[in-house]
Amino acid sequence: MRLINIRNMLFAVLAATGPLYAQVSNDRILRAGQEPQNWLTHHGNYNSERYSTLSQVTVENVKNLEVQWIFQARSLEKFEATPLVVDGIMYTVQAPNDIVALDAATGRLFWTYSHTPDQAARPCCGRVNRGLAILGDTLFMATIDARLIAVDAKSGRPLWDVAVAKPESGYAMTLAPLVVKDKVIVGTAGGEYGIRGFLAAYDAKTGKEVWRFYTIPGPAEPGHETWPANTNAWEHGGASVWVTGSYDPDLNLTYWGIGNPGPDWNGDERNGDNLYSCSVVALDADTGKLKWYYQFSPHDEFDYDSTQVPVLADMQWKGSPRKVMLWANRNGFFYVLDRATGQFLLGKPFVEVNWASGFDEKGRPQRVPGMVPTPQGTLILPGNQGGTNWYNPSYSPKTGLFYIPTWANYSSLYVKQPDEYVEGKAFRGGTPRPTTPNGIRTTANNLAKEDEGYGAIRAVDPHTGEMKWQFKMTDVTDAGVLTTASNLLFSGGREGYFYALDARDGKLLWKFPAGGRVVAGPMTFSLSGRQYVSIAAGNSLFTFALKQ
Amino acid sequence: MASVRVCSFACILASLALPLFAQHEYTESEIEAGKAQYAINCVRCHGPDGDNITNADIGHGKFRRANTDAELITLMREGIPGTRMAAFPNINEPAAQTIVAYLRSMASTAAAAAALPSGDATRGKTIFEGKGACRTCHRVGDQGSRAGPDLSQIGSQRRVVELHRSILDPDAEIVPANRFVRVVSKDGSTLTGKLLNQDSFTVQILDIKDEKLKSFSKSSLREYTFVNNSPMPSYKDKLSTQELSDLISYLGSLKGQAN
Repeated sequence: MRLINIRNMLFAVLAATGPLYAQVSNDRILRAGQEPQNWLTHHGNYNSERYSTLSQVTVENVKNLEVQWIFQARSLEKFEATPLVVDGIMYTVQAPNDIVALDAATGRLFWTYSHTPDQAARPCCGRVNRGLAILGDTLFMATIDARLIAVDAKSGRPLWDVAVAKPESGYAMTLAPLVVKDKVIVGTAGGEYGIRGFLAAYDAKTGKEVWRFYTIPGPAEPGHETWPANTNAWEHGGASVWVTGSYDPDLNLTYWGIGNPGPDWNGDERNGDNLYSCSVVALDADTGKLKWYYQFSPHDEFDYDSTQVPVLADMQWKGSPRKVMLWANRNGFFYVLDRATGQFLLGKPFVEVNWASGFDEKGRPQRVPGMVPTPQGTLILPGNQGGTNWYNPSYSPKTGLFYIPTWANYSSLYVKQPDEYVEGKAFRGGTPRPTTPNGIRTTANNLAKEDEGYGAIRAVDPHTGEMKWQFKMTDVTDAGVLTTASNLLFSGGREGYFYALDARDGKLLWKFPAGGRVVAGPMTFSLSGRQYVSIAAGNSLFTFALKQ
Repeated sequence: MASVRVCSFACILASLALPLFAQHEYTESEIEAGKAQYAINCVRCHGPDGDNITNADIGHGKFRRANTDAELITLMREGIPGTRMAAFPNINEPAAQTIVAYLRSMASTAAAAAALPSGDATRGKTIFEGKGACRTCHRVGDQGSRAGPDLSQIGSQRRVVELHRSILDPDAEIVPANRFVRVVSKDGSTLTGKLLNQDSFTVQILDIKDEKLKSFSKSSLREYTFVNNSPMPSYKDKLSTQELSDLISYLGSLKGQAN
């Protein structure tokens, strides 16, 4: 009798705490969309739609969301990470490079793994990290001193730790790795330090490098001719990778966005298109061989990194089913590409653009004469932070709309200056200057007028590129977007609100003043039949659920 | 020069050995950028007109220890041993270049101020508190209204030419920190205040009538608009040239001490 009671109690406890812990197999990652209670990859699944089929929180009841717990990071850096959730355990990164394992129901800490970055680490834009990858019982973190570290998911014990590149040369890693089959794929930041960017895949068990794809082709490789002959500009031409890519298992292609060429704002010493900067590349996931590429901004001089999230969607395109890629680029254009071939299908501005007037039949942007950086400064739209940037968009198969965190009415004065490459030093070739009295707001108070730039969520019909609606914010935004099957859209912004919109029309349904900038993407998961939504804001991670 | 906030990025840039820039025509953009850099790095010691330090007037286009832009940049970044001029290695070369652009622009505008008769700060104070009725909107120390910009330290923040322009043409430049907004509630009551902060859903202002801090939900307002013109009247036809000069002298003397 007593034994039976204990067994019943044990069963009850297990039922209350969710499913039994199981390894995160490749099969589970491939089918991540089919277990929406978890969030198994940085973008939620390989399609990177940032869309969840969870629907307990609805348009009608979202007003009843309330905070369940708050995890306050022991860090004053920007909190850019999107957590993973695996069977009731949340894993995230406390900047710069601490992994924390939390009880997803309460936020209580299980363990912390701390990595102290080498003092040579010099990420351009904050000692930040955007998240983790998991395979089996192993977590993977890319670090700002350009190391890739594997950690046991149950204990936080390091398993292996390899150098990916030299931090003293300006290499850093801020992205979440992507696991494909038995490999962990990462890319290197450092586009402002004259690196030669690359993507590399590592054996998940051993940390041994399996393949490497340089984002600037070397001599005798196709594309090398897009760099000036008889110079070494290609060796320090940037083309970084700092946002996690996507994967199509049917095509066995992994897609990654590539950053700006260097020096950023002066292209005089790097005549040519400067492949594969400002491109998306499609690589064979097993070998790293290039299958196709599309360059959004040939010979970029505006720092228009194409480090956005490649969003994969299967849709009817002009009457036929098609595997497409949706992409809102920092350069101000929204694109649709055929992801099997790289064919350009659509390009349309989603913000004000003055550097290009359209596209030729192959999808090459038609440049507007005179719209280049000059010593005196040239006003370019969009400005240096772009029409959008690294923060994730979302595609909802339910509404058929693509949602873009947007900077509108925003420009920069691009000033070109001479520069000379010195290993490990900044290599920018000029500066962008603000075109409004406030510039990009850096103080706590927002005193800007709308015509000085504002943030918005813009909903775009991917078939036409037409904007269906927008939700305006007074300030600009660095927040990602999450959509759900119940027609909800979650996002935030620099004002520190976390909010929910009706994904069909942009109507505000709920907001929460988190009190700190939202510089991350939201995610959702469920435990014991209860849906949760998490977002980092300021230095804390907030998790919400409906009132009980 | 004052100590400055050091950011790691600036340090890294500062350590970069860039080629020196050729001297060229300075653009408005460079001068504006230089003005901001000067305010951060230089104004505390050199003053807004660059003439705070005896024998080190840098606001009138002539420099005792430098002629070329390159020499000025070197002075800025390496300092002058044996003097109060410290090294500012954290000012990177492009930023230093904009400061040079601003310093050279100061020379031409300083000439306009030099055309004014010499002023008397004591008489200026009398105008400020009497005929000018400046305290109706401005505060100095613990006297006057908080509606307009606090002028207690204006002498260490603004150049003479800028004060001159603001008194005669208050609309010429309204910095974001001095923006006013007009709000109309749903019941029709109207309020004009100095904008202190705003976001998508709320606005925080200082009511210029009762000097109370007020916060509104935008959804409770019928109207929320920026006031494009300065509420300050022009003193162009209200003060004589001498009175104007006296008033500017008084304002220039306001550097944060009790007045």
